[in-house]
Amino acid sequence: MELLNINIPDWADLAWWLPEAILCGTFLVALLADLVVRGRRPWLPFAVSVAGLVTAGAYAVAALDPGTRTILGDLVVVDGLAAYFRLLFIFVGLVTVLFAWTAEEIMGRTRENKGEFFALTVLMTAAMCVMAEAKDLLMLYLSMEAVGIVSYVMAGYMRTSLRSTEASLKYVIFGAVSSAIMLYGLSLLYGMTGSMQFDGIRAGLMGGQVDDFGLLVAVILVIAGMSYKIAAVPFHYWAPDVYEGAPTPVSALFSVGPKAAGFALMIRFFYTTLAAGPDAAGSAGLVQQINWPLLIAVMSAVTMTYGNLVALRQLNVKRMLAYSSIAHVGYLLMGFVLLTETGLQAILFYLLVYALMNLGAFLFVVAINNHLRSEHLDDYVGLGFRAPWAGVMMVVFLASLTGVPPFAGFVGKWYLFIAVMDKQWFWLAIIAALNSVVSLYYYFRVVKAMFLTRPAEGANLSPLKLHWLQYVLLAVLAIPTLGLGLFFGQFTGLADRAILMMTTGF
Amino acid sequence: MGEHILTWMTFFPVIGAAVIAFIPSERREIIKTVAAAAAAVPLILAVQLFMNFDRGSSAFQFVEHYTWIESFNIEYFMGIDGLSVPMVLLTALLSFLCIIASWNIEKAVKGYFALFLLLETGMMGVFMALDFFLFYVFWEVMLLPMYFLIGIWGGPRREYAAIKFFLYTLAGSVLMLLAMIAFYLNVQDPVTGDHTFNMLHMFDQANHGPWLQATNIRHLLWIGLFIGFAIKVPIFPFHTWLPDAHVEAPTAVSVILAGVLLKMGTYGILRISYPILPDAALWFAFPLAILGAINILYGAYCAMAQTDMKKLVAYSSISHMGYVLLGMAAFTEAGINGAVLQMFNHGTITAMMFLCVGVIYDRAHHREINGFGGLGLQMPIYTSVFSFALFAALGLPGLSGFVGEAMIFMGIFPVYRTVAIVSALGLVIGAAYVLWMLQRVFLGPKNDKYDSLPDINARELFTLVPIGLIVLLLGVYPMPVLNLMKVSLNNLIKVVAG
Repeated sequence: MELLNINIPDWADLAWWLPEAILCGTFLVALLADLVVRGRRPWLPFAVSVAGLVTAGAYAVAALDPGTRTILGDLVVVDGLAAYFRLLFIFVGLVTVLFAWTAEEIMGRTRENKGEFFALTVLMTAAMCVMAEAKDLLMLYLSMEAVGIVSYVMAGYMRTSLRSTEASLKYVIFGAVSSAIMLYGLSLLYGMTGSMQFDGIRAGLMGGQVDDFGLLVAVILVIAGMSYKIAAVPFHYWAPDVYEGAPTPVSALFSVGPKAAGFALMIRFFYTTLAAGPDAAGSAGLVQQINWPLLIAVMSAVTMTYGNLVALRQLNVKRMLAYSSIAHVGYLLMGFVLLTETGLQAILFYLLVYALMNLGAFLFVVAINNHLRSEHLDDYVGLGFRAPWAGVMMVVFLASLTGVPPFAGFVGKWYLFIAVMDKQWFWLAIIAALNSVVSLYYYFRVVKAMFLTRPAEGANLSPLKLHWLQYVLLAVLAIPTLGLGLFFGQFTGLADRAILMMTTGF
Repeated sequence: MGEHILTWMTFFPVIGAAVIAFIPSERREIIKTVAAAAAAVPLILAVQLFMNFDRGSSAFQFVEHYTWIESFNIEYFMGIDGLSVPMVLLTALLSFLCIIASWNIEKAVKGYFALFLLLETGMMGVFMALDFFLFYVFWEVMLLPMYFLIGIWGGPRREYAAIKFFLYTLAGSVLMLLAMIAFYLNVQDPVTGDHTFNMLHMFDQANHGPWLQATNIRHLLWIGLFIGFAIKVPIFPFHTWLPDAHVEAPTAVSVILAGVLLKMGTYGILRISYPILPDAALWFAFPLAILGAINILYGAYCAMAQTDMKKLVAYSSISHMGYVLLGMAAFTEAGINGAVLQMFNHGTITAMMFLCVGVIYDRAHHREINGFGGLGLQMPIYTSVFSFALFAALGLPGLSGFVGEAMIFMGIFPVYRTVAIVSALGLVIGAAYVLWMLQRVFLGPKNDKYDSLPDINARELFTLVPIGLIVLLLGVYPMPVLNLMKVSLNNLIKVVAG
């Protein structure tokens, strides 16, 4: 029983890791560049980061069909799943960097260390990519911690802001506790099966020499740790405070990036260690003593309901989006209930759609905050007429988040519904459908403020002029939010292939 | 345009909306003209459709069938039969007239007309789609424009009314969505054996999988679909959004709401629920009749209690949609034909009533029935037009409202006699609230406050007269519409009731 079974790396296969390598290099160069200009010319690290992300993205597109490449001595694997998520993370990272450039909260005159922000975003992107690739407990833990540590720094980015530092501290404490819990679970798994490798664990479990109760405890501990990452109830407490306190571009990144990475990790870990395999209709056959579908289904239902009900009461748009993102985790978990291929594919597609619409909504908040210095609903009154194009695009994002056709959010939900209804989990589908109706109310309260409510007498009604880059980014996010609602065949196909490559590859 | 006539009818308004989006907002006249032109094209095509529709066939015509999203077997499948043609004609006509009727909109003209055209696209699509997914997308596409049209251009309580409308309708449609997915997963394409959204495959019971054959499952799915459609109709007790939405909406939007949107509920039941779940439809026939009777009586009593003209008309819509339900519950030739005829007629008559209420509201800036009096002297032409509409609404023989209602009662009487007799009371109450309102507004001593009210103008007459002529024509000779739908509807009865 070796602890680490390291092979001599195959250098040809290492080429599949080029995007990650580029991202790591970019991080170092950006940091160095910032040191050289002593933080006075933030455009230099910005330009380096953008260039690095674009190059990495180009390689990631080229490597979209990798087959299954195990590299770094079986620690990570680049396969369909990894390739899909890698592209998603690089896109999210790029959008975050670009819109941080236009955000007063990051780039305002009094802010320090502007350049570092971009370098950190790139590093986080790289770490998230590794999360989607880990196939070894050690790598799993290291990548999660890497994402976590960068997150703590970014949440506390506005050092002088009390809210921001509070957010960071909360994040650190919650993060430390939950990763300790998970680490304990992982160590139990290792102890029971004698392997750090996901497929080794699977083989060990199949061997049948495993204590049922011990396994149950281990799995629950691991689920707890991962639920913290994706902010599922009851491990969500950190999320609203962190999202509200952190600078808005960071909240946008948090609500999409680490969440998607957490799902990538969960998919690979649970599917490869616990699921019975692609032929047994995907039921979690190995862990008979855990009613896996019911456990996840209840978590999903509670998470979406909680997120939606609390979001109803929020008057701060940013905080509302934070709770709504908890609700979306609930929807996403639907795809996880049965560990079927359809369900996992639905998760992948939904994450793509969710990234587009949620980043879009956050970007609008950033753009408005630049002018109004506020995220309060009352200050949004009349915005639809002060910034009509941006306002219309915000409506697109909010309608899509609600799940109204013809927007992509609808297709995403519809796909998830198919996944659960295919196996006759109707109560979950009904709860999710009713939750969508609830969410309409709070999303459209923003629309109401922007378009319907008549501004008070004497209110400032001058047109708002947004940064040109913000218009471009909003359009870049809004157009696919509509387009994917009408023509999603190609993209669901991409998600399908990613999952198929993973399920048949091991 | 001959080849893809349905596509052009559906999407020409979108083109118009896109053009409007790029016209500077100060050029109001140009925006209005573009909107009118964009709505005129579907109307012209609708006339062409009316001429060329083969009345002797129950098959779907003008079919367009393409693959849309291959991996889920979603198709762009459009086609019309005798059930949809009257609705398509109604939509094209009312949309165009409503654009004309909206000429006096002052606020955010650009947005108003662009949204109105998007709304028309959604409505057209619903009446033409033969793929369930496509149907659902069109069904939902209407919600956003409607929300904004009520919410931005509406009356004092418009914010409340708009979100209430949206929430109610969405709650109904998510149930429809779940039922749709259940059908998708359990209906097989007979050729490929895949899941399918194709409605024609869903109609064929042989394609239903074993899960879908269980009676209680079918009843459950029926209920799910029914609630979705019932909210739209609206059927008691799901009707409470309607008075709010109607009262707050601007005139033209009320016309579309009552004239077209309500019909989508009954259309959905006839198009989707009946042929896919015929056994459940028969099982539900008696409850449906009862619900129809409740709608008729409850709507009529509520209408009588109103002091706001628009609210009165709104409740009268609930009452009149009750007749449609009654006819649908009968499963007899006269009943179903009468129901669809009544859908068409209610569309035209209510449109006239709402337009007339709009005329007086634009002048007097209120709609209190008791605040007027003796208007007949001041506005003689207006009075005659409004009275014409009101008489049509109460079912005066010779006007179209009578024909549909008579057929419905002929259809329901042999089947559910007691329900028919009780419902007939609605006719009496209907006459009462209409005549009472007529008396309070137009007769009696003239209110001096309104000495200077100008009579109805040419533009307003232009929107009312064509509908009035249709109401008169169909009252005397209803065959043009009955011939359109007869064959398809009789086929539907055969499918459902055997």
